[in-house]
Amino acid sequence: MTLTEKILARHAGVDRVSPGEIINAKVDLVLANELSAAVAIGVMRSIKGGGRVFDHSKIALVEDHLVPARDAQSAKLAKLMKDFAAEQQIEHFFDVGRGGIEHVVLPEEGLVAPGEVIVGGDSHTCTYGALGAFATGMGSTDIAAAFLLGEVWLKVPATIKLVYDGALGHLVYAKDVMLATVGALGIDGATYRALEYHGSTIDALSITGRMTMANMAIEAGAKNGIFHADAKALAYVRSKTERDFIVERADADAVYERVLRIDVAALEPQIACPHTPDNVHPVSQVTREEILVDQVFIGSCTNGYIEDLRVAAKILEGKKIASNLRVIVNPGSQKVWMQAAQEGILTTLAAAGCAVNTPGCGACFGGHMGTLADGERCLSTTNRNYVGRMGSPKAEVYLGSPATCAASALTGRITDPRVLELAGV
Amino acid sequence: MEQKLRGHAHKYGKNVDTDVIIPGKYCNLIDPVELGKHALEGLDPQFTAKVKAGDIIVADTNFGCGSSREVAPIAIKGSGASAVVAKSFARIFYRNALNIGLPIFECPEAVDAIENGDEIEVEPATGVVRNVTKGTIFEAAALPPFMQALIEAGGLVPYVERRLGGM
Ligand code: SF4
Repeated sequence: MTLTEKILARHAGVDRVSPGEIINAKVDLVLANELSAAVAIGVMRSIKGGGRVFDHSKIALVEDHLVPARDAQSAKLAKLMKDFAAEQQIEHFFDVGRGGIEHVVLPEEGLVAPGEVIVGGDSHTCTYGALGAFATGMGSTDIAAAFLLGEVWLKVPATIKLVYDGALGHLVYAKDVMLATVGALGIDGATYRALEYHGSTIDALSITGRMTMANMAIEAGAKNGIFHADAKALAYVRSKTERDFIVERADADAVYERVLRIDVAALEPQIACPHTPDNVHPVSQVTREEILVDQVFIGSCTNGYIEDLRVAAKILEGKKIASNLRVIVNPGSQKVWMQAAQEGILTTLAAAGCAVNTPGCGACFGGHMGTLADGERCLSTTNRNYVGRMGSPKAEVYLGSPATCAASALTGRITDPRVLELAGV
Repeated sequence: MEQKLRGHAHKYGKNVDTDVIIPGKYCNLIDPVELGKHALEGLDPQFTAKVKAGDIIVADTNFGCGSSREVAPIAIKGSGASAVVAKSFARIFYRNALNIGLPIFECPEAVDAIENGDEIEVEPATGVVRNVTKGTIFEAAALPPFMQALIEAGGLVPYVERRLGGM
């Protein structure tokens, strides 16, 4: 069995599962944010006998999408979830100022461990595969059912094995590798499938780099993306929690639907051009024409980690961003914000002319704090660039790494960070 | 679901994503009718003015890709559209649609044979898709037995109630 199959079989209480089979799996954690929770709570209240959640210690509720509240309606949803958390005595409730983006917060707080099954009312729940968990996003009715039953029905996905080899070049990051992967698979290339990441490149990646990669599994349509928990992952998890967990490994004779080999040694920084995340091109090709940018956004559950802010700050240190654009930074969580403050990163970014926001989703989904106007163009470290994703349907969103975003912030147009460095800017 | 669904086709291309089905700025709405007023706004701002009760959305592959927002199928339902026929659906959208009771049908041949504005009739029980305008008939892929049972139970909510009732 593949890693995903092993985890699902154990949670379904059976020896074996095969792709296509429908199972009922016990869940170790159910997640929702204020948008998905609002609908889920309504569904839960409409269910006869649905008064209490199955286990108040196995639910995480994070206020992140529209907080601090944008308007009265958003405030109502935030309050709805907060009141629900109090009523149900939910142990893991994160209000604004104490959390951040759900997918950054949960691993940080030790709520994710290898071998676990986690479902969330958010498509980027797949991020936790970085730590060897099976994690997948669902809609609110599914989440309401999981709140009550502590289990979900799942169709066992077939697994695509991704094997990465080679060392990453200078100023090339996990984000570039994953953009290239989404480009190779296509946005529906892994629909209903699991992605299992392997290879020497992956072994060398940091935990947050792996989170960036697992995060974007959904951008290829995948149900989940998963890494084997190695010593690095175990050390990370052990530093956050003492609870027991079971580390699974794929069997030597596991059956994969497909194996995709990707050599990253020659990989350049990558850019996803409008309006789909699989419209991916090497930066050298994209920069053949001048693409001026109105906004650069650094943040999100893809690239809102301390490492990402360090990369951006290193490039922006002692410099000023170009006069034609604005740069918006949302650290991924309160902890990331505090770490960045301690390291002087927030001051560096602010001194360069960046607007540093409070942790949360911010501009990522066009909700608030950096929404784009008609005709505006944004280069962003986020994960999706569909029409209207960051505001006006007449705006354009390009996706890149924090290094590419920071370099472009200095020049005002999409820029290869390696070229900028060679130019000594 | 005994009755047939009948209406005119509103045809779109592939990869119709949840950001165009219901843009993020409306995701703080809950009411289906309010959501329905913005359905497909990012793709076709005229859709809500054109759509009549019972109409059917027809699309190419990977309909509903992107976020997990359940308000996407709810907005479609709220707009008055009665069903979606597509070549394929994105995974979370598929689940959400079944859970909230928006009938969806995977039928690539029918999609190829339907033109915008054609009158379409769909029988949920059998998956038969009829192009009334052109006089052609197609059969959508059958749902797996578990999902048929889910729909027969009336969606996920009654299913959970039965489980909580210890059945
Ligand atoms: S940061 Fe963006 S992608 Fe991540 S959870 Fe928030 S809105 Fe979704």
